[in-house]
Order: sequence, then C-alpha cells, then structure tokens
Amino acid sequence: MATMTIAKAINEGLRASLASDPKTLLMGEDIGELGGVYRVTDGLKKDFGALRVVDSPLAESGIIGTAIGLALRGYRPICEIQFDGFVFPGFNQITTQLAKLRTRSDGMLSAPVVIRIPYGGGIGSVEHHSESPEALFAHTAGLRIITPSNPQDAYWMIQQAVTCEDPVIVFEPKRRYWLKGEVDTSAPAGDPFSAHVLRRGTDATVVAYGPLVPVALAAAAAADEDGRSIEVIDLRSISPIDFDTVTESVTRTGRLIVAHEAPTFGGIGGEIAARISERAFLSLESPVIRVGGFHMPYPVARVEEQYLPDIDRILEALDRAFAY
Amino acid sequence: MNSSRLPAAEFEVEEVGRAVHSPDLGARQEPDAGMLQILSADGTMAGGLTAEIAGRTIDFSPYLSASDAAHLRSLYRDMFLIRRFDQESTALQRQGQLALWVPLTGQEAAQIGSGRALEPQDYAFPTYREHGVALTRGVELPDILRLFRGVTNGGWDPRERNFHLYTLVLAAQSLHAVGYAMGMQRDQLADPSLPPAASIAYFGDGASSEGDIHESMVFAASFNAPVVFFCQNNQWAISVPSSVQTRVPLAQRAEGYGFPGIRVDGNDVVAVEAATRWALEHARSGQGPVLIEAYTYRMSAHTTADDPTKYRLSRDEQEWQPRDPLARLESYLRSAGMADDAFFEELGAEARAMATELRQAVLSMTSPELADRFASVYAEPHPLVQEELRFFQEYEAGFADEGKHA
Repeated sequence: MATMTIAKAINEGLRASLASDPKTLLMGEDIGELGGVYRVTDGLKKDFGALRVVDSPLAESGIIGTAIGLALRGYRPICEIQFDGFVFPGFNQITTQLAKLRTRSDGMLSAPVVIRIPYGGGIGSVEHHSESPEALFAHTAGLRIITPSNPQDAYWMIQQAVTCEDPVIVFEPKRRYWLKGEVDTSAPAGDPFSAHVLRRGTDATVVAYGPLVPVALAAAAAADEDGRSIEVIDLRSISPIDFDTVTESVTRTGRLIVAHEAPTFGGIGGEIAARISERAFLSLESPVIRVGGFHMPYPVARVEEQYLPDIDRILEALDRAFAY
Repeated sequence: MNSSRLPAAEFEVEEVGRAVHSPDLGARQEPDAGMLQILSADGTMAGGLTAEIAGRTIDFSPYLSASDAAHLRSLYRDMFLIRRFDQESTALQRQGQLALWVPLTGQEAAQIGSGRALEPQDYAFPTYREHGVALTRGVELPDILRLFRGVTNGGWDPRERNFHLYTLVLAAQSLHAVGYAMGMQRDQLADPSLPPAASIAYFGDGASSEGDIHESMVFAASFNAPVVFFCQNNQWAISVPSSVQTRVPLAQRAEGYGFPGIRVDGNDVVAVEAATRWALEHARSGQGPVLIEAYTYRMSAHTTADDPTKYRLSRDEQEWQPRDPLARLESYLRSAGMADDAFFEELGAEARAMATELRQAVLSMTSPELADRFASVYAEPHPLVQEELRFFQEYEAGFADEGKHA
C-alpha cells in the first residue's frame, strides 16, 4: 500500500496503461514538458517519449477527432481536456461522432477513446474553469462516464477506462487532486461502473460523486451527532448509473438525498430521483431531495462557496426529508 | 435537377453572397492558369503536364494513364455506371423508396479519378456524396443505399474496403482521416516492412468553412501526417455559393498551413487521377499532407430535398454543361480510336442491368428490428440498455395476441 494524492494516482495509472500496451498514447495541450496544468501527466513524456505523450495543437475538436481516427487504426488514445469549460469545442466530435461510431457501424467498429476532464469548482478560478457538464454527456447514448473520488479509485478507474472497448469520459474532481489516500496497486479492481457504499446507515441515504463525496461523508458524520444514521454512496459511474445499489440502500433507509455540484435542473440528481421513485416508491418516507448548483452559469469565485453544496446544504436537505 | 427545368429568365440572385460579403474581395473563382488540366473540355489531350506547386514545378507525366486505352475505358465505365446509379437512386427517392438521395452527377471525374488513384492499403474518409469513390473501393452499390433507405446508419464494413462510413456532420471526418493517418505513420515506424499508406479525406467547398477542416489541417501539418485532403469544390453549399465560403481559391489555403495545395480540373478524370496519385505518393513517402481542390460543378441538386431553381442561374448550368466529365472522355476515346459504338452500347446495357438489380436489391431490403438496435449502442454490457431492452421486449410481447404491434 502506498499513500498518494489523486493526481499522483492518476499519473501512476496512466503510467501503468502506457507500460502495458504500446498502442496507448496520451494527447492534449501542455501534457508533455509541463506535465499538464495540474501536473497529472508529469514525467510521462520523459519516460515514454513524444510519440506516446503528445503535446497537441491547441484545439479540442482536433484532439478528440484525431483520437477517433487513431482508435479506428487500432490505437488507444487518452485525451486530456485542460478544463471542463473548454470541452465544448470538442462537444461535436464527442456527441455526434465518438458516441455513435459503434451504432453507425452496426457494431463493427469500436472507439475506445478515453477523455479526461478536470471538473468542478472550489478552486477560486475564473470563468469556464469550474464547471460540471457531466449531465450533457450522460444524456448521450454510447458514452460511459466515470468519476473517481479517492486515490484508490483514481489509480484503477483510469486503467479500466483505457481497457474498456467503449468511449469513456473520466471526470476528475480537480479540487480533490491533492487529496491523499491509500492505494493498493496490487489489488484487483472491481467494476468501475458500480457504486460503492462508503458508510453504512439506517435512516437516510446520501448519494454523491466526485468532489462532493468528502462533503457527503462529513455531513453524515455531523448528522450522526444528531442521532441520525446516514448511509453514503459514492456513485463512481454517472453513465451507466448503478441504480441497483442505490435502490437497495433506499429500501432500507427510506430517504434519499442526491448531491452534486452541477445545476440541479436537468441534472443527474433528477434522473436518480425519478428512477428511485419508480423503483422504491413504497419504501420512501419522503420525496427524493436534490442538492446541487443553481440555474445560473457557474458564479464568480468570490461567491462560489455559497453556490457549492456544502455540509450545511446537505444537512438542511436531510432536515427536510426527516420532516415528512 | 435537370437544367431543362430551369426557367429561362435569370433570377436576381447573381449577387447572392457578393452583395453582402465583401464585394471587392469575393473569391476569384475562375480557374486560374495554374489549374491542372490534361484532357480539355473539347475532348483533346492538351494542357500542361506540369504545374507549379508551392514554388516547385511538378511533372505529372509519371502519374498519367492517358495512353493506356484499357485504363481510360475503365475510368469511363466507372463514371458511366455511377451516373446511372445516381439516376436510379434519384428515381427510387422520388418513388418514396429512399428517405433522401444525395446526387453526384457532374462530379464523376473528381470521384472516380481520385478513387482509382488509391492503393488497397490507403484508407478513404468520405462525406456523403462519394458514391463514385465507393465504387472504386469495391463497395457493393446497393449497400450505399442502405443508409438512405433507413435500414442502417452505415451500410458496409469499412475495414473490408478501407472506405469509411458516410459522415453527415460536415468536416467531422477530416479529423478522423488525420488521426488515422497518424496511426499509419506510427505503424510504419514500428514496422518498416509495411507498405507505406495514406488516408484521404473528402469534403466540399461548404465544409471547407467548418472549424474541423482548419483543425485537421493544423494537426496534419504539425505531425506531418500522411493524409490527402480532397476538396470537391462543386460551387454550391446547398444554396450558398463558394464565394461566400472563401476569398481565395481553396487550394491556396494549403500554403498557410505549410503544405502543397493544387487546383485540378475536377471534370478531367485523367488530371484528377494524376494529381491524386502524386499527392498520395507525396504523403506516403513521408513528405506530409497535400490539399487537392477539384474544381467541378454539382449539376444536380444538393439533395432531393433541394430546389436549385430557387438560387441558381440557368446560365451557369449552361456554361458547365459542355464541361461534362463523361462527354469529354467519350469524345477523346472515340477520336483516339480507343472505343467504338459497340463499347458504349455494351456499357449502356450493363448499366441498365445494374439499375434493375439495384432496384430489386433496394426493394428487398428488410427493416431491422428495433430490439436489435440495442445491441450496438455499447461494446460491453450496459445495465440501462439491458433494462430498456427487457422492457421493450416485454411490452412488445404484450401485443402477441393481436399480431405485431404497429
């Protein structure tokens, strides 16, 4: 077991992928000499060379579009998009091409492209550097979307994304890049598209993913002091969503809070609320309550702390759930 | 759209684009002296065998097929068959058998000439009008109609023919072609015994305005990718003239990216083939990308949903009519004694038989089951897809007593 940050764990995961398959390569802006603006690819170009760690022209559609071509030729490209808000120039290639390649070819062609996107707020940055656009991609059939919340998952999930035959978008919680944890580099990894119950509880379930997982855990600990036993689920995969694990939990606890940074309206929380209402209506003691961002562009940094769901926002939602 | 259906009076749309788009700087779209043309419009082998490209004089003689009668006849045959295919497909659409058809009439030389220049190991990325290129790659013609019939979004196995599926989002495939070429380049580095290969990206003058064309050229130049960009400038992006897309001849844009660009007479199959052979060799030999602009004319509508009489001048169509790519090669073949009446009559019969077979093949295409469509969304099992498939099958089964649910 080694202790490392999420950023280092992804770095080590990428290193393992590059070492195990000569057809893998990294593409992105500033990922070579600089090692990425978050240094996630630090040292990889030095060890694997410019042909495997490619500093690309500054063009997101170009990065993803050429990655599709490389994948058609049998390569396994791993693209880095520098920031969440900059993925949109590549949105067309992801949604109209990458996601649909398999269907368009009636299953004859695969597009095993991985796209890494640092996402989410809380870093005090400027506009387009703190967004959570995962729902826009989750709505598109043909894509898989995962988001690790700890170093152990970060190390393994990136490698699993690379070996997956489908295109996978990895949303990396950038404000947690420096979160440290134990990584067992020898442990066989489980299904990256399954949810994990991180904390057992009996009175309510809180589902979160990515950057909000530590917040959900802290809220559960605080609720514990009030005598409420909260179960916490790390969703890990946003497409597909492991509804079985969430359903099983809610049938025991009777209450569900879904928390994410992305705006509530039209978000992943709404999908979970609807599905769980269909699946476990008779087990619910209260409506499913969503905690998320507001219907506004991500706000300026000076007020982002009020925008981002925090412990108190989750506790307030729990209060409302228990009031029924 | 047949030009005879155009009204005699000209419209007041001559200024389309120019009136509002920089009237003094509009594209000078007249073919300039530098355009490569070998078989002239009157059917004589003329023109230069050399062209100035990026400051160099390129001699195209080694890439010429002009003296090979059998080869020229086969080029004519391909062009003739694909025009007949186009007519039959248009008829099928008019009769409601196809949802849409994208005609190629007028662009046969650009497509057959470039397609025949490809080697088996090369890989082509078409837009959606490249039926002629498909023919040269050995794609079964009925398979091209499967997309337009609505039974699949593909139609053939791209890997079998090294001919990718059609792409409807403009210019998206240009980046795939560059990425694919980067893969070819890597394969070659890893195993120098492989035959050198290049990819070719097809797009039109309208698509040349898309950002992906720019990005693909930047990437191709940056990585010296073995890719040929083949732009068929057919003068119109549906109703918008090419002067709205560009101020300079499209081939000139290559210079800004740092690789050669050449404008070729797109209605001259001999010149197109020679230019493409040269460009592919340039790319395969590690010298990087090339842009070819095939200067041609879309003699029919953009698609069967389009009405060119609303925007196009009959005068322009009449001007282009004598430059017909088939007529000029026929004229040459006859005058050079390379083909006689018997050849053309035999070909006509072959084309009629092909059209009959095509029609039968289209009418016998079976619709897929929606349930089968669930299988190709993902390569690996996906719980949501499985759940929705189960629901759909159970729902359908509920109608078993009353026959198939409408």
